[in-house]
Amino acid sequence: MAGLTLASPSAERRSYSPRREMWRRYRRHKLAVVSAVLLFILVTAVVFGPFLWRVSINDIDFNATLQGPSLAHPFGTDDLGQDLLARMIYGGRISLAVGLAAMMVSVIVGTLVGALAGMSRGALGHGLMWLTDLFLSLPQLPLLLLLIYLFRDGLKAAFGPEGGIFILIVLVIGGLRWMPVARLVRAQFLSLREKEFVEAARALGASPLRQVVRHILPNALGPVIIAGTIDVAAAIIAESTLSFLGLGFPPDTPTWGRLLFDAKDYLDISAHWALFPGAAIFIAVVAINFIGDGLRDALDARRVI
Amino acid sequence: MRQYILRRLLIAVPSLLGISLVLFTVLALAPGDPFSDLATNPNVPPEVGLALRAKFGLDDPIYLRYFHWLAAMAHGDWGFSFVSRVNVDTLILQRLPTTLYVIGSAQLIALLIAIPVGVYAATRPYSIFDQIANTFAFIGFSLPTFFTGILFILIFSIKLDWLPFVYSTDLNGTGLARLGEQIRQAIMPVMVLALFQAASMTRFVRSAMLDVIRLDYVTTARAKGLGQRRVIVTHVMRNAMIPVVTLIALQIPAVFGGAIVTEQIFRIPGIGSLLISSILSNDTPVVMAVTFVFACLVVFFNLIADVLYGWLDPRISLR
Amino acid sequence: MRDTELRAMIDGVKNGRMDRRVFIQRMIGLGLSAPLATQILAIGGVAMAQSPSPYKPTKRGGGGPLKLLWWQGPTLLNPHFATGTKDQDGSRLFYEPFASWDADGNLNPILAAEIPSTQNGGLAADGKSVTWKLKPGVKWHDGKPFTADDAVFTWEYANDPATAAVSIAVYRDLKVEKVDDHTVRILFDKPTPFWANAFVGAYGCILPKHLIADYKGGKSREAPTNLAPVGTGPYKFAEFKPGDLVRGVINPDYHMPNRPYFDTVEMKGGGDAVSAARAVIQTGEYDYAWNMQVEDEVLLRLEKGGKGKTVYATGGDIEFIALNSTDPNTEVDGERSSMKTTHPLLSDPAVRKAIALLVDRDAVQKHIYGRAGLTSANYLNGPPRFVSKNTSWEFSIEKAIKLLDDAGWKPGSDGVRAKDGKKLKMLYQTSINAPRQKTQAIVKQACQKAGIELELKSVVASVFFSSDVANPDTYSKFYSDLEEFQIPMTQPDPALHMKRYISANVATKANKWQGQNFPRWVNKDYDKVIETAETEIDPVKRAGLYIKANDLLWEDTVFVPVLHRLKVGASAKNLKPVISGWANDTDNIQDWYRET
Repeated sequence: MAGLTLASPSAERRSYSPRREMWRRYRRHKLAVVSAVLLFILVTAVVFGPFLWRVSINDIDFNATLQGPSLAHPFGTDDLGQDLLARMIYGGRISLAVGLAAMMVSVIVGTLVGALAGMSRGALGHGLMWLTDLFLSLPQLPLLLLLIYLFRDGLKAAFGPEGGIFILIVLVIGGLRWMPVARLVRAQFLSLREKEFVEAARALGASPLRQVVRHILPNALGPVIIAGTIDVAAAIIAESTLSFLGLGFPPDTPTWGRLLFDAKDYLDISAHWALFPGAAIFIAVVAINFIGDGLRDALDARRVI
Repeated sequence: MRQYILRRLLIAVPSLLGISLVLFTVLALAPGDPFSDLATNPNVPPEVGLALRAKFGLDDPIYLRYFHWLAAMAHGDWGFSFVSRVNVDTLILQRLPTTLYVIGSAQLIALLIAIPVGVYAATRPYSIFDQIANTFAFIGFSLPTFFTGILFILIFSIKLDWLPFVYSTDLNGTGLARLGEQIRQAIMPVMVLALFQAASMTRFVRSAMLDVIRLDYVTTARAKGLGQRRVIVTHVMRNAMIPVVTLIALQIPAVFGGAIVTEQIFRIPGIGSLLISSILSNDTPVVMAVTFVFACLVVFFNLIADVLYGWLDPRISLR
Repeated sequence: MRDTELRAMIDGVKNGRMDRRVFIQRMIGLGLSAPLATQILAIGGVAMAQSPSPYKPTKRGGGGPLKLLWWQGPTLLNPHFATGTKDQDGSRLFYEPFASWDADGNLNPILAAEIPSTQNGGLAADGKSVTWKLKPGVKWHDGKPFTADDAVFTWEYANDPATAAVSIAVYRDLKVEKVDDHTVRILFDKPTPFWANAFVGAYGCILPKHLIADYKGGKSREAPTNLAPVGTGPYKFAEFKPGDLVRGVINPDYHMPNRPYFDTVEMKGGGDAVSAARAVIQTGEYDYAWNMQVEDEVLLRLEKGGKGKTVYATGGDIEFIALNSTDPNTEVDGERSSMKTTHPLLSDPAVRKAIALLVDRDAVQKHIYGRAGLTSANYLNGPPRFVSKNTSWEFSIEKAIKLLDDAGWKPGSDGVRAKDGKKLKMLYQTSINAPRQKTQAIVKQACQKAGIELELKSVVASVFFSSDVANPDTYSKFYSDLEEFQIPMTQPDPALHMKRYISANVATKANKWQGQNFPRWVNKDYDKVIETAETEIDPVKRAGLYIKANDLLWEDTVFVPVLHRLKVGASAKNLKPVISGWANDTDNIQDWYRET
């Protein structure tokens, strides 16, 4: 029944060329390849966009408020007549960076805590689960207000206003979203560590670290990757909530989430304003998700293609 | 097993005490003021606000305030709200039914959508059905509820005029008509929440199923001539349920905690809207009560999840 | 003006030598508006003509339900505990004061039989006492008679520090005595030209002695009436869910004829302003929504073909940018923005004047607030007799540049001006509120063009307005160079509004930043003007003093007034709400009706 599988033949194949093997598997996932290209284009666009589209992000023009897409403003304008394309490009840097970095923080912390708790059979496991429960119960808003108030000025002084806020936001968003990942990973570990292929590895004298890294973790990654992609979307949106609370970037910084938030009251008047940031978040999420799918196929020790 | 549960319950008491201490400290240190509305009122000089703070004990040292809270709690006294000067338990009980009704049905519907869709999509990966389900899921969690809520209002209330968008706790009429109204006004908020939850849940279910469905034993079961449905239900689902159970255990406390954004948009007088207004006005007793009950639920349901793991996969040893 | 001449005329009206109408017409001839002229008469001690009520219904009730939508629901129903307008509005459905302010800033008698005046003997010549005559025959909702005892009790109740009433300051410096069952006298320590604060408006609501007497002081929180009020108002209490719903039903024994018009009233809370506007204007689910802080653009679109309209009331609320007089970046004795420092940039009047020139009030008014705001050069914008005509404002980037050039602020390589190594870089903070963030963007851009770099910061309102001593982000700490917010005027008199900025009120660490003078501006002339005005009984001289005070603020550019803001509500098309810029939205709820 469950776990009749032994370490599958791929393990042998991996031993001589693991990296090429992974790449071969990744390439087989067509959507993953397309998505990687898409994400690359998105990143290139927000990094190099300002050199091509040299319109200022905060030029106010009251003669051109709430205009739909046109040659002068390919993405239209907002209610102050500011160019949405320029704002999207500028905001994309922050949103993508925050989304990806916060996702990394939450996935890494979550996996680490979950793996430790899943492997440990004593006080450490209980302690880590207590920590997870604690973080799950903390009301986020007062905590955010408190953290920002405690650390904002210090980080600003150490890393400059933009860098300091960036670090703070990434840590805050990532630091408040790792708990589901930890619980998912722990649950997977509890089940996997008793499976035959892990027992076999243990019998062969594999160290606990090797058991985890080579045998358990790759099999536990499925939910982690899903949680990671959901976290990217959640982080981009959470960032806008933070800046709306005055805790994020200065109020005039147009991030994707912020643009979407500002546009919501004008949805029936000028839909384009919400359409572009909404679509951008969607594309980024889809792309990252398929890349995640492809990665999982590539890493899946049990799957034979 | 019984011993394990008993031991975990015993551990829960000190761990909840620890959590309550951290919660209280965070809330007490968080900036804000229950009387900030008075700030610019020319009729209320600042010393009035200051006197009120002192009277309600807001200026006492935090450890004293914590012990007061703990001592009162031990007597079943939840304290009173600084803002409305009403007992906290009255406030929470007043809002509990609505929260359970709206958020509970949303979570239930989310599960009812996510599990079948996720399972079916996983049995036919990359089929048309799978692609459509995935696309909806991506849209579902990349659009925040503040956005879908307004979109729904614009479509169903304003353009089509089918549904009301102000949730009323004071409906007219009796019997069936009232029940119908009660359901009608909950449709939009429940849908907004359910779609958001179902989106991510579907992805998890699908991935968990995919993880198991490709295993050799499943192939073996199929080769033995077992029907597709039987294979899926008895062999695959049970093993794939572990992450799903984890997620459900994480979601259930939220049924009590409410959904802040959705409740705000549709004016649902639930715990979420009570919590946010209390947080913004630094009404510590209310926030503390809500978060502490929430913490108890988190600890309790995580314990249940752990017990369920053992049932789903008997080899998991719980110590 | 013509102080003596005017006073002679007022006296003329008083002893009947001159007709009121003639007086008002002569005043209009002098360029004053009719309500303004009436006001001069009123404060000058002439009985005010009852403001003509346009109330049309000819019988009580029959109007069906009145559905109000407040995007913050009342959280308590004791008017003397009311921290926000939402609570005052909710309580006011059931409780009533002696009088409330009408749209023109005149007193409208509610529980009072008449408004005190010199003529009817209500106002003492020395300005040290007021006598109110109360309506006989008024009953509490439980059938007990309303008497002067209730008013005296309300004063004792609010005045007792143990009660923890927020209205304590209104009742602190006065004494209230019962003359007879329906007469009450208020005694002041010193001449008090503005006598209509106690028992008027939101904090003036009278409580029933027979129900609350046992709950005065320390037990105030336990009174059952806190949750189920018993008042004298047009509606009887039916149901209350804090933060969500207040419901009342018609009071069949109400003391005003043919009132109220509606059979029930419901006040629903929660949500946000935009969707509240939609529920009233677009779908007509509700009849009236309060405080429409929504961009005018959105409101205009909603009104097109909608079921409702917006309604406006002018008061004296001012949205402004305050300029810090002290240095927010230097810490002295554990305190930033300390009085021992001066602002390195803003101590130069040229910089202050340049900033005033760079605030495009016209654009802010036209593109953000629309009909909800009026541009103004003044900090004090009402009532009209207190509004200065000596001031002016303009928006001119060129003039600002010239001013800065002449003062020696030279643009650096990065476009930011500097002088003596000090760069014109400033922090501009405000509370979180969409129109304010847009105003910030508009001001920042204009300043950028003139070589001033602004860093924007926004703080959650509950933190910005908190009195939390540990928090650095409050408006009263003012740890920034510029800050923007709004200060409301809750009554048509500038005394409290202008007293904030005397030197004794400076916010410092020593007074836990409770001083109301947050710009930390010190001006001996201003102190003197305010001190004189406090006890000046002569209305004309008094108005002149407050105008002078406003002009002093303007000369030193203590504030850049952004907009004189109006009160905005959303109303069903056929509803006739009576709202005033000087009162809460429900202060005249007994006069609301629907035209059929």
